Amino acid sequence: MSVPLRPPRRLIEITVDGEAMRVPEGDTLLDACQSAGKDIPTLCYGDTLNPKNACRVCVVEVEGARTLAPACSRKAEPGMVVKTDSDRARHSRKVVLELLGSSVDLSTTPNAKEWMAEYGADPARFGEDAATVAEPPKVDNDLYVRDYAKCILCYKCVDACGEQWQNSFAISVAGRGFDATISTEFDAPLTDSACVFCGNCVEVCPTGALSFKNEFDMREAGTWDEERQTQTTTICSYCGVGCNLTLHVQDNTIVKVTSPHDNPVTHGNLCIKGRFGFQHVQNVASDG
Amino acid sequence: MDLRFRDAEPTAEERAAVDALLGAPSSAWDGGDRTEFDLRFATQAPRVARDRRDLLLPALHAVNDRVGWISEGALDYICRRLTIPPAEAYSVATFYSLFSVKPRQARVLHVCTDLACAAKGAEAVRRDVEERFGPPGVSWQPSPCLGLCERAPAALAIEAGDPPTNAVYGPCAVGQEWPATTEEPPVEAAVPQAQPHGPATPRPVPAAVSSPAPGSGSAPAPGSTLGSDLGPAEGSSLGSGTISQTGPDVLPGDGGRSPGSGELVLLRRIGVVDPLSLDDYRATGGYTGLRRAFELGPTGVIREVLESGLVGRGGAAFPTGRKWEATARQLDRPHYLVCNADESEPGTFKDRVLMEGDPFALIEAMTIAGYANGCTLGYLYIRGEYPRALKRLENAITVARSRGLLGDDILGQGFSFDIEIRRGAGAYICGEETAIFNSIEGFRGEPRTKPPFPVEKGLFGKPTVVNNVETLVNVPHILEMGAAAYAAVGTSSSTGTKLFCVSGTVERPGIYEVPFGASLRDLLDLAGGATGELRAVLLGGAAGAFVRADELDIPLTFEGTRAAGATLGSGVVLVLNDTVELPGVLLRIAEFFRDESCGQCVPCRVGTVRQEEALHRLSKRRSEGDLLLLREVGQAMRDASICGLGQTAWNAVESAIDRLGVFTAKESS
Repeated sequence: MSVPLRPPRRLIEITVDGEAMRVPEGDTLLDACQSAGKDIPTLCYGDTLNPKNACRVCVVEVEGARTLAPACSRKAEPGMVVKTDSDRARHSRKVVLELLGSSVDLSTTPNAKEWMAEYGADPARFGEDAATVAEPPKVDNDLYVRDYAKCILCYKCVDACGEQWQNSFAISVAGRGFDATISTEFDAPLTDSACVFCGNCVEVCPTGALSFKNEFDMREAGTWDEERQTQTTTICSYCGVGCNLTLHVQDNTIVKVTSPHDNPVTHGNLCIKGRFGFQHVQNVASDG
Repeated sequence: MDLRFRDAEPTAEERAAVDALLGAPSSAWDGGDRTEFDLRFATQAPRVARDRRDLLLPALHAVNDRVGWISEGALDYICRRLTIPPAEAYSVATFYSLFSVKPRQARVLHVCTDLACAAKGAEAVRRDVEERFGPPGVSWQPSPCLGLCERAPAALAIEAGDPPTNAVYGPCAVGQEWPATTEEPPVEAAVPQAQPHGPATPRPVPAAVSSPAPGSGSAPAPGSTLGSDLGPAEGSSLGSGTISQTGPDVLPGDGGRSPGSGELVLLRRIGVVDPLSLDDYRATGGYTGLRRAFELGPTGVIREVLESGLVGRGGAAFPTGRKWEATARQLDRPHYLVCNADESEPGTFKDRVLMEGDPFALIEAMTIAGYANGCTLGYLYIRGEYPRALKRLENAITVARSRGLLGDDILGQGFSFDIEIRRGAGAYICGEETAIFNSIEGFRGEPRTKPPFPVEKGLFGKPTVVNNVETLVNVPHILEMGAAAYAAVGTSSSTGTKLFCVSGTVERPGIYEVPFGASLRDLLDLAGGATGELRAVLLGGAAGAFVRADELDIPLTFEGTRAAGATLGSGVVLVLNDTVELPGVLLRIAEFFRDESCGQCVPCRVGTVRQEEALHRLSKRRSEGDLLLLREVGQAMRDASICGLGQTAWNAVESAIDRLGVFTAKESS
């Protein structure tokens, strides 16, 4: 895979957990921490998007700052002294995980369980009456499902649909505070909205709140099993752009199509044909 | 951007309301009728319209003002006119509590249930209204603080129409009528210092001075008769602590005004001048500050403000001069000025009184700030619940413009500056210094991540200086009296005078102006003391802290309150006597933050809900587990929230637990 070259950048010196290190100017603290081998949880951060830094699970302590800093979006500055694992930072991560875990269904969020264990988070402590965002899944089309009971409002789908990738602007955040939800105008069905069904919002969703209809149905039926899936990357044959497609195959059937995030053509994005137009491949006449 | 609309059409009324703001559509591309001609050429309209995204909020107001709610057809029409995706416009419309995207009656009564009103029996009024008008949302709704705290419990009716009308009620009583129009008391009724002989006695207007020439020092001292009118207790308690520090009473070129003598500075024109009259304003020293500014030049003005020691009065107490210095030296152009008049901290109403009683002072102050910071345009963002202040500011801007005090070549000095008013629509968070940019630009009023700070990238991504109303209104006085004389008032790190919003169970609620350094006791004495047995005082509003009745010697300075573990905040002094149930007050604070959280970051969005739930449980039974939970959630909100709202949402609750012993063993009830 070709990696686009960037102009050389000045190196600046910062300290992470007591160790001095040099990072390219313009890097975020998350970049720096990751290159130092620190494991910092992230949810609203996406490798193909500018982070909204709304989830606050990646907070680190910067010496001299009154509040904690979101590692995903705070740029490293010369002389910064960063603590990734201080009591304050761990406390905030723990509480943020508890707040999310008590209000949102994190059952399909990758790593959520491990992080909960690592930080000793106990979402049940808020009691059984704790308010949640539970609501039935919205199934209004054949291609993807919106299960906002699993939505942590990370804004990634809004950014992917809007100015950061697709420029369709079919969805946005409606309402305010705890009542805020991702919505089309007047909560219209997707089929009436500006949605072009590219599925790029599904690609960036960190919790499984957005999922392809196929995957949603298989999960409901209990047949979805990622252990049994293989991934094969190929080139989309619909047009001449040459997008890379990764075919997720279970039991010799394509169950999902994605695109590599580091692909210089797609950056993980596809169009409706590449993403959803695979059924003809496996329509084999039953009588041979 | 490929916009897609559904088939909703605006009504003629909705269309007229939007067209009144934006003008008639020029072509089909701009939302008009499609003609043969239009289909042949794409015009520039969409691109031009897209640059006016900032008109989204005014357009939503236009429809809401005319019809009372925003229908899908109206929203679509606005979107076509401004080339905005409907989902985004919907997300903006649903952000503000004064807008409704569901049908409702044209007339909506907003009943304040916030802290100051709750202390005066707002709950009974709310219940009464609910019994008579049914469930909230159709013809009435409970409201966060309306900034009418001196008239608590208060209410505001907004009636859509052409033109829309308002009525203000207060103090409200159970069973009262809600007439369509009300006679609002004059603004000086909120300033007890302006009328020591009782609310009905207007102060004599000082003899007008014919020539308000720069530096003539001709302005009379409207407050000069006032010092002696104060009762002996007030006079001595204030004077003893402050006169000695302030040096000479009479300053050169100042016509004898000196705030140190206990006279009014910021409030000196309230109730004295006609707020609609520029001549009145000039006759009382108005526009002396701007003339002085032109003499000093922009850097000279900034030096004066720096040396005066002025710090922001909106709550954060950031040195104004440093902010101006940093903005003025930015190379990127244009620079913008934003006056933050979105006064929404529960219990705060000082900016309303300033804007209603002395609107030209704010216009002059903004002009000076624009001059010093190299701005040609200033935005005045005023909260949507202040109809009278809005009207008076609109008048002031129109008059100033027609007299050459705004617009091109002000006072023949070659400086051009104008002011645009933007109305908020019911969102406390829009008072946050970066959320206010998003709101003005036509986006959801969500705070931005800092850095970059507003001085580098603010409104429309350009260097921007944001100042509170009271902060700005200090500036003309600094220029008139000189930085040294201004800095001599107050204490060494809190200079000048401060407006305090005294409300709750107190004899004479209202706005009080005292030099920094007076104690809380002095202030309460000035306001006639608490009614009943004083239980606690909430300093700084919902984001502030409680102090006990035995802590009244706290000096009302930024450093003094900080040392005492409290804050001055926006100047809220909410007095609570022993009839007020503290757990109920805490619940209202928690409810306020839950309602006003923008929802962007997790600690605040969910934390404020969990805080309210825990307080509900605690008000029923004491529990160590819930106290620990409050502390842990509170700490995470303070440490990890994006903006000041979440960071301070636990302050008052924490202080009530730690200082007042609410919910702990010390609490006897």
